[in-house]
Amino acid sequence: MTPHFGLPEFGFLLRGLQWTVLLTLVAFAGGCTAGLAVALLRTCGHKGVEWITRIYIGIFQGTPLLLQLFVVYYGLALTGLKLDAFVAVAIGFTVNASAFLGEIWRGAIQAVPRGQTEAAMALGLHYSSRMRDIVLPQAIRISLPATIGYLVQLIKGTSLAAIVGFIELARAGQIVSNQTFQPLLVFGVVGAMYFILCWPLSWWGSRMEARLALASQR
Amino acid sequence: MGYTLDFSVVWHAVPALLWGCVGTLGLALAGMTLAMVIGVAGVAARDSKAAWLRAIVIGFVEIVRNTPFLVQIFFLFFALPLIGLKLNPTATAIIALGVNGGAYAIEIIRGGVQSIHKGQVEAGYALGLHKGQVFRFIVLKPALRAIYPSLTGQFIMLTLTSSICSAVSAYELTSVAQRIESDTFRSFEVYFSVTFLYLAISWLLMLGFAVISHRFFSYPTR
Repeated sequence: MTPHFGLPEFGFLLRGLQWTVLLTLVAFAGGCTAGLAVALLRTCGHKGVEWITRIYIGIFQGTPLLLQLFVVYYGLALTGLKLDAFVAVAIGFTVNASAFLGEIWRGAIQAVPRGQTEAAMALGLHYSSRMRDIVLPQAIRISLPATIGYLVQLIKGTSLAAIVGFIELARAGQIVSNQTFQPLLVFGVVGAMYFILCWPLSWWGSRMEARLALASQR
Repeated sequence: MGYTLDFSVVWHAVPALLWGCVGTLGLALAGMTLAMVIGVAGVAARDSKAAWLRAIVIGFVEIVRNTPFLVQIFFLFFALPLIGLKLNPTATAIIALGVNGGAYAIEIIRGGVQSIHKGQVEAGYALGLHKGQVFRFIVLKPALRAIYPSLTGQFIMLTLTSSICSAVSAYELTSVAQRIESDTFRSFEVYFSVTFLYLAISWLLMLGFAVISHRFFSYPTR
């Protein structure tokens, strides 16, 4: 006998949604940390280091997220470490986020007027204080819309963890769909859940973009 | 640890992988064509006088842009047969890519159309150009030039996204890789190599687009 889509099935999807949110938060936190390092290396002024980070970013931008996930997932398995599926996919999304956020923040750091850095140097501030107190606070403001845009992409991207078998929202949807034979209803609900997660962020991001554009006109 | 990497399985599969690349490019090209049709129709509807038509387009764009492609393709995979379209997985994948890319194309094309000022068109008529010339030289070419970078970027994105179509086993590079993987159990070697095939594809596309841009759009604007 096949169950119909009811409260237990909805609850199963909600638990999947929890994993989607957790995976996104972990990858975003890790990606922010590593991405900051990538952005700083990308703008450090040393030609060789800048080239290496540029290639690093280029590889992640030029290949499908799904394949990056496969390589990290199966690559980690080869190292002999017995990692939980969650940890493995979280690492995959984190490295992807480090490249994309690194590139977004690279652009933002370079968009801060050069005079700011020069003034800080004239005041005798050393690199770390120059970055922490002068450049990065302004760069973060500039980068916010694009960063939020990437966060939305990340939420949607975590659905690919379903293909390597990790049970988050999309995989939960597949399972419930196979059990109930109501694919349209199930994937409609799953899509609505992603939408409720992503749409406010997208809206917030584009509103902030409009406000930043207005501010820079003055 | 007893695992030694063995890339010979990839080497033996090169012909199949290259056909996979062809499949991927074909999928992306067909998807992009459909996306452009949806994009142009969507822009026309987005600025129409009928409020309900505008609402549909805005809703379509927001829904597509805020849900994962994987969920979209699953939904279409089951929804299309219900409206009488019994298609093979590859055709389903093309429609899914077209619908997904179409939502982004609407935004891109709309930006291009809005970048042409009315005064430019009037200036064209004042200079004695006829309607066809005004459209070709003052509307179409500058608008294409304005949206060219986003549109080609979108095409590369769509090419990379097409890897997800392996989830409904459409014919493209990732599903070819999955077949080789299940035959050989050399997961890492296969996916590692295929990742670089994708990288080669996107770099070649970027190079090609840069050449085209240099050939057609390198003229001074002011």
